[in-house]
Formats: sequence, C-alpha cells, structure tokens
Amino acid sequence: MTEVEIIRDRGPRNYSRRKFIKGVIAAGATVSASSYLFRGPGVLTAGQARGGVERLMTLTVNGQQRRVDVLPYETLAMTLRYKLGLTGTKLGCDRAECGACTVHIDGVTHYSCSMLTHQVRGREIRTIEGLESPDGELHPVQQAVMDEGGFQCAFCAPGFIMSMAAFVEDNPGASRAQCAQALSGNLCRCGDYNKILDSAERAVELMDQRA
Amino acid sequence: MAVIRDMIPPCELFQPASIGDALNLLDQYGENSWVLAGGLDSFDWFKDRIKRPEAIVDLGGIEELSGIRADGDGLVIGPMTSLTEVATHPDIVGRFGLLAQAAEHVATPQIRNQGTLGGNLAQDTRCWYYRGGWPCYRAGGNICYASAPKAMNAEHCVFGASRCVAINPSDTAPATIALDAQMVVTNSSGETVYDAEDFFIGPGIDIERMTVMEPGDLLTAIRIPGTWAGADFYFEKIRDRQSWDFSLVTVASAMRTSGGTIQDARISVNGVAPYPMRLDEAERAVIGQAPTDDIGVAAGDIAIRRAQPLRHNAYKLPLMKNLVRRAVRAEV
Repeated sequence: MTEVEIIRDRGPRNYSRRKFIKGVIAAGATVSASSYLFRGPGVLTAGQARGGVERLMTLTVNGQQRRVDVLPYETLAMTLRYKLGLTGTKLGCDRAECGACTVHIDGVTHYSCSMLTHQVRGREIRTIEGLESPDGELHPVQQAVMDEGGFQCAFCAPGFIMSMAAFVEDNPGASRAQCAQALSGNLCRCGDYNKILDSAERAVELMDQRA
Repeated sequence: MAVIRDMIPPCELFQPASIGDALNLLDQYGENSWVLAGGLDSFDWFKDRIKRPEAIVDLGGIEELSGIRADGDGLVIGPMTSLTEVATHPDIVGRFGLLAQAAEHVATPQIRNQGTLGGNLAQDTRCWYYRGGWPCYRAGGNICYASAPKAMNAEHCVFGASRCVAINPSDTAPATIALDAQMVVTNSSGETVYDAEDFFIGPGIDIERMTVMEPGDLLTAIRIPGTWAGADFYFEKIRDRQSWDFSLVTVASAMRTSGGTIQDARISVNGVAPYPMRLDEAERAVIGQAPTDDIGVAAGDIAIRRAQPLRHNAYKLPLMKNLVRRAVRAEV
C-alpha cells in the first residue's frame, strides 16, 4: 500500500495514460494520430469536389453539438475516437464481427466501425461516455457491472455495456435468456460470459428499482 | 485477410434524397458506382481494397425506400427497411411470420438494426476465395479455386454449379420465394417486376452477379402478395454458431392444409446452390398428401436427388433432406 502511494507521489497527480491521450486529442494535437490514420495522397482534398457530401458537419453526441470535419468515407468509430476524443468506444475487429465499438444511434445499437459518420447526420449518438447522468451517478448497467465484477480485461466492456443499456432501458423484467439474446452481438475473448450475464441480470433489477 | 487496414480508401459519397437522383448518379458513374444500403458488407469490401468504387451512393436518405405499407391483402416493403423492423412489424409477424423469422435469424442485433431487407436479399456470396481477392471466375478471372482438388469447400454448393460453386447466403431470400414475393427493380428506363424465384440467378446466367440487377439498377420495393397470409410456415437455419454466422443450409416453407391433406405448398432452400432453390418436385410430391413423417422423408429424398457434392460438403445432403422432412412434418 505504502509503495503504491510513494510511486504515485513521484509523478503528476491523478494522471493516467488514458487522461494523457484524451488530453492530447482534446488539445487539438492530433497531428500524429491523424497522419497515421488519415495518410495517403489526396486524402485531404478528396470529397470536396463534384457535389459529394459536405465535409463540415454538426454531430449530436451525448447531448452535445460537436462541429467536426468528416471525410466522406470515414467511419463513426474513427470520428468518435480520433476527432472527438471519445476513446471509450473501442475498435476490436473493425469488421462488425466483435461488438466492441457498439454505440446507440437514436437509442438503437449499431456497430460504429461499420457505418459512415455521414449516415448519422442529425441523429442522436450516445457513447459509453454519455451513460452516466450529469451529476456523476452511474447508469444502472454501469453500477451492475461494478457490483458483479462483470469483466476480466474489459476491452469489450464498453460495447457490452452499450448493448446492455439499450436492452434494459426498453425491456423491464427481462430474463437471463433474453439478456443473452440481446448481447449476442458482442464477443468477449476472455470468455467471461457468465459474469457478464450476472451483470445484465443485476442491471435489470437496478433498472426496476429505479422505475 | 491477414493485414488489418483501418481506413476506407478515398472515394466520393453521395446521399441523394430521391430515387431519380440516385439513378442519375448510378448512370453517371456506371460500373464505378456502388449502391450503399446498410453497408455492413460494403465496408468490408472497401477496407480490404477488393472493391474500389469511385462513388458511393447512400440510399439512406431516400424516404420512399423504407417502411412497410399495406397493399390490398398483401404488403409492400421498402428495401431500406431494417431487418429488425421486418422481424418485429406486427403485420409481418402476424400474417407473414416466415419472413419475420428469417429476418430474426440474420447475424446479430446490431447488424439487424442497420442491415436492410434489400441488402440482405441482394448480398454477394461468401466464398472465401472470392472474398479474399483471388482472381476467380466470379471476380473476372478464369479459374474456380473452390473446386480445385485440394480446395476447402465445406460451405459451397451441391446444386447449380457452373464453373463457380459459391452459394447464396441470404436468410430472407428463401422466405421471399416461399411467399411468392415480387421484386421491383428500377433503372433510368423504367421499372421491371420479377418473381422472387427469377430475381436470383446462378453463374450459368451471369457468373459475376447474384441477382438480375446490373449496374444502374435499384431494388425499389419488395411486394408480398396476400396469397400465403396466415399459412403454416416453417423456417430453420443451420449454422456453426448461433450468432453472427451465415447458414450452412436453410429451409423456408409455406403450406395450406385442410381435411388432413396439404392443399398447396412452397418449399425453398438456401445454402445449397448459387441461388435460393425452390423445390418444385418436392412440393408436387406433398400436395394432396397427409403431412406425415413418411411423406416428409419422401419429399426430402426427392429434394436431394440430383445433388453433386464437392469434396467436403456431402454433409449438406442429409442436412437438407432432414430440413425438408421437418418442414413437411411440422404441419402435423
């Protein structure tokens, strides 16, 4: 315990790798990430000509209006992570085959890796960052995952939690089997499905208590 | 593909608001255009650099292409209607439950929320040689890798091969055939209506396409006539895993029975040929008969009679035979 305290005192206070990355993106210093992801000749000029879509757009993300410059062929996961700094949404397979990138569009789950940002213009996007209430109270699903210790490595967790949240909000009193069906579009490579389903059942209880 | 590539290569994106605008764009770009419905298959092609369209035409903004409405005693379904809506719409669930069941068996909840009925019907084959970018017949080359002596072809066809041995992977396609649905295909010179059975084509007709649609064509409506409303339906999809997976063999059937005999029947099977097959002979064998297990077995035997399995897919024959048997027996 003391060792941990000492190590923490040496570095900047409460500064994690995650916060550092988010800080870099928020500060607009996305040059390195952009030059890696959006490289290639003609990339920056493509999409402006010949009557295609307008690149500058306003997205509604977690209740906020965000102005952003989006390439015509850019996926929503790319925009969320690398333009808006919302790195809670994970990219697993980038092929609609794992579910780690699940977000809500108008309250319905979608794989953000497999839709274009231009397809969601004017629609309500909700990511894992938008689940807790403004006063910091966790969403019942987040609380349930905390209570049940729902995940091992938890890389898949944001996707699972988004699928769970969309489901329990619409289906009070759902059974474990129904939860499993609702979560059948998400994979966990740790194979932690039992605890994930325990969390889902707990989330249904918490949701009912809150209602 | 072993190499993961993050970005879709540069191309134009158009989001027309009407069918007319979309058709103009398709005519303008011709073979270099790509029609985008749900996009779940399209983006894989783009990310893998195997399909490189110049212009993507996104149909998502065309209101008249989505939604379900009554048409006499039948229904008209917009091709951009999501599979979730098809699977849950009261009119479809109540009267054409076969199509609802088929839509419910596609992939995962997220994919059904975004994937469309039109996209599911018009989807390309899953043959991994073709998907992997190999220059096979279907890709414009002059060889079929999947029927080579050492090929892995467990998921390929047992009927209808013509140089290409790929299958049609759609879950909803056999349901449209069993329901006598019609497909409305529109291009800049007008509208053509095809019976579902004729909409899907094999490599003997055109080796590079799965349906009658050519560049410049749009699927603009799926008409379900009242013919089979409230009939006895049977749908079963066999796959290796219960989520995400494409079918190995799928059966969809519609039947009317009265006085203990089958009055009329439609039986369609997918996953066994480059197109969803309608089993005319098996249908004729069961009409006028009682829906017993014996008749089911007989129909199954007839169904697989002319099959020509490849090295690794003979297992599809007993699978198909038993699915046909179950479809007939389900009426007991």
